Amino acid sequence: MVNEKIKAEVRNLNFYYGPVKALKDINLNIAEKKVTALIGPSGCGKTTYLRCFNRMHDLYPNNRYEGEIILHPDALNITGPDIDPIEVRMRISMVFQRPNPFPKSIYENVAYGPRVRGIRRRSELDERVEKSLRGAALWEEAKDRLHDLAFNLSGGQQQRLCIARALATDPEILLFDEPTSALDPIATAKIEELILELKKEVTILIVTHNMQQAARISDYTAFMYIGELIEFDKTEKVFTVPSHKLTEDYITGRFG
Amino acid sequence: MRRVREFIIESILFLAALSSVATTFAIVSILVIESFPFFRHVPLLDFLTDTQWTPLFDDAHYGILPLMAGTLVTTAVALLVAIPLGTIIAIYLCEFAPHRVREIIKPFLELLAAVPTVVFGYFALIFVTPILQKLIPALPGFNMLSAGLVMGIMIVPYIASVSEDAMHAVPKHILEGSYAMGATRFQTAVRVIIPSAFSGIAAAYILGISRAVGETMIVAIAAGQQPNLTLNPMEPAATISAYIVQVSLGDLPHGSIGYQTIFVAGLSLMLITLIFNILGYFLAKRFREVY
Amino acid sequence: MPEQSIDDIRRMIARHKLLDHIFAIVGILSLMVGILTLLALFTELAIEGAPRIGWKLFTSFPSRHPEEAGILSAWVGTTLIMLVTAASAVPLGVASAVYLEEYARKNWLTAIIEINVTNLAGVPSIVYGLLALGLFVYKLDFGQSILSAGLTLALLILPIVIVSAREAIRAVPGSIREAAYALGATKWQTVRDHVLPYSLGGILTGTIMGLSRAIGETAPVITIGALTFIAFLPQSPFSADFPYVSFRWLMDSFTVMPIQMFNWTSRPEAAFQHNAAAAGVVLLVMTLIMNGIAIYIRYRFRKRIKW
Repeated sequence: MVNEKIKAEVRNLNFYYGPVKALKDINLNIAEKKVTALIGPSGCGKTTYLRCFNRMHDLYPNNRYEGEIILHPDALNITGPDIDPIEVRMRISMVFQRPNPFPKSIYENVAYGPRVRGIRRRSELDERVEKSLRGAALWEEAKDRLHDLAFNLSGGQQQRLCIARALATDPEILLFDEPTSALDPIATAKIEELILELKKEVTILIVTHNMQQAARISDYTAFMYIGELIEFDKTEKVFTVPSHKLTEDYITGRFG
Repeated sequence: MRRVREFIIESILFLAALSSVATTFAIVSILVIESFPFFRHVPLLDFLTDTQWTPLFDDAHYGILPLMAGTLVTTAVALLVAIPLGTIIAIYLCEFAPHRVREIIKPFLELLAAVPTVVFGYFALIFVTPILQKLIPALPGFNMLSAGLVMGIMIVPYIASVSEDAMHAVPKHILEGSYAMGATRFQTAVRVIIPSAFSGIAAAYILGISRAVGETMIVAIAAGQQPNLTLNPMEPAATISAYIVQVSLGDLPHGSIGYQTIFVAGLSLMLITLIFNILGYFLAKRFREVY
Repeated sequence: MPEQSIDDIRRMIARHKLLDHIFAIVGILSLMVGILTLLALFTELAIEGAPRIGWKLFTSFPSRHPEEAGILSAWVGTTLIMLVTAASAVPLGVASAVYLEEYARKNWLTAIIEINVTNLAGVPSIVYGLLALGLFVYKLDFGQSILSAGLTLALLILPIVIVSAREAIRAVPGSIREAAYALGATKWQTVRDHVLPYSLGGILTGTIMGLSRAIGETAPVITIGALTFIAFLPQSPFSADFPYVSFRWLMDSFTVMPIQMFNWTSRPEAAFQHNAAAAGVVLLVMTLIMNGIAIYIRYRFRKRIKW
């Protein structure tokens, strides 16, 4: 990766669910303000890998990280045992596979992140909510119903709400875990458009089941297989002249 | 700072959760501690074999048998009513009743379970006993039959509800196997559902027994409060729990032998229900493991 | 097996179906037993109690004369005790449930706590009365007071509150928790801002059901020594001088509705049976209203939050 600012360096990352080694020796660099896609067949470990970035695995017992994920510019090791996962989650946000808005109003959903960070003044919250909703391309649709229940939005709108919620905390990295797999093609297209806009401000890491999606929106692609990183390069190269046979077989649909 | 606050909160919640352990510990301690002086005064053998329970008389006897007999007979009468009715209702609701009927009936059963026992006691004394007296002329005003019958009706919802849950949990594909062979609902219920759900149903029965043994007010009101060593349900008698109530209604100098006897009675009651609860717990566990 | 003629088979099927129908009838009859008992109970109470139900019943103290006797001290006592019970059982029960569902690890200590909760649910209510007598009344010297009674009933319904609170908390989907954590919330913030508010409906339902059970409990309260002839009210919680709220009523003697009914039922004078029936009606209506409210709350909360 030449001439790219590195946002995060993954060094010899191994991950264990109890005795089972789910990630084997991953080494890769995440470029700043670019979209990096993670592709691979089911069970290859891409979601496991994604969830290491915001320490989601810490929520469940018997999980163990080995190796490092170094966050720049201050060289913080995300997976370090003495690093508080909450600190990590304050800087890195996540959007999940199925939209999971809180059963609260649209406003309160977006305001929750800032509230957790101690922001209480109404004017400041109002500002942030508007900025985040604009950033998620939801402001026009939501501005007249900010205090409506989030559940009343459509699936695609709910997912954009979740993106707004994730943006409200000014994250350095935005993690997407198959964000459009539960959405229809039109909603999917809207979100892909959104991601292309967002990358101007935020580094994006996206796991996707949909190879074409990776090809459409990402700058870099990582192909994983059974817990190992098989290939990582500029998206164009991975999809046209992959270096590994396994990658080529996956991309051409010989297995999947 | 954040970590300290989280730790403090978790500790407070943990202490709250320990309250149930503390309660059990307190119950056992109090019962044992307050019963202890009694057993120094009264030999255990006398306690278990004396046929009279008259602790407050001048010529005091401390045999638990009369109270046990009262508990036994009332429980038996109650179960003779509750087990057949409860099981039949459970089978009916599970396999026979149309959905709408089930939706209407279940709240009624919950209602039956919500009636305070003192109201049931009143009902037994004022309504059921006179009716029984018309059928059995020699029946005294206070008798175990009336109390037992009403207690049985009170327990029916518990047995019906827990059994029905157990029966409902039998997997559909097993039921379909039976119907596919041309069996009727009754045959399926008897030959497939009941055997499969047996541990769960047994757990329901044990729950009913436990409830009946511990029941106080219905018996205190309708069976009279005189300890009476008899197995004839048409006589008045006192159960272990009714005795405790009777003594509590009077004056109890703290530390007197009369005061101690209620704790001894309570201890006996606890032991009996504990045995049944443990039995029920293991049966329920075995049932869950099978599925 | 010998070949059966089609007639034999048809006859066998008819027999089986007959049995089926007979059982269905038996089932309905069994249900009728329960329902008729309930109806007989309500009717009996209503008929016997009718002459006494009225404003006078609610505003008079017990008396030797059945026509004068009322449930004033009893329902005031019940209300005050319920306040104490709710104030103790709800925080303790909800905190226990939160700990067990959100914080507890799967180890032997947690198993012990859970076994204890299950076990306590099966302890006869009179044993709780004995516990209270030995512990609250004497050892802790709270005396035969409203405080003792309230705490006793709180312990009695604690398993009910814990179990229903746990179910309500468990119903909150894991995805909501993950969303909160992903935004940087701590465990307590997630519980306080999300888990508890969304499970409030279930918790309230369980609490009200527990309280409706506590209202009807007689045995443990008798054991503590509630007197059955109380012709005065506990001290008022409001006082004329600062701080305008008094807690002295906690230590007063008292009586409760079910005990009043029990006392009247036990009187040999037939006239008191009317009073007993009237008290029974009031008690039943209170219980039914509470159950009804609980079910209504459960229904409303289920509508608002669609998982």
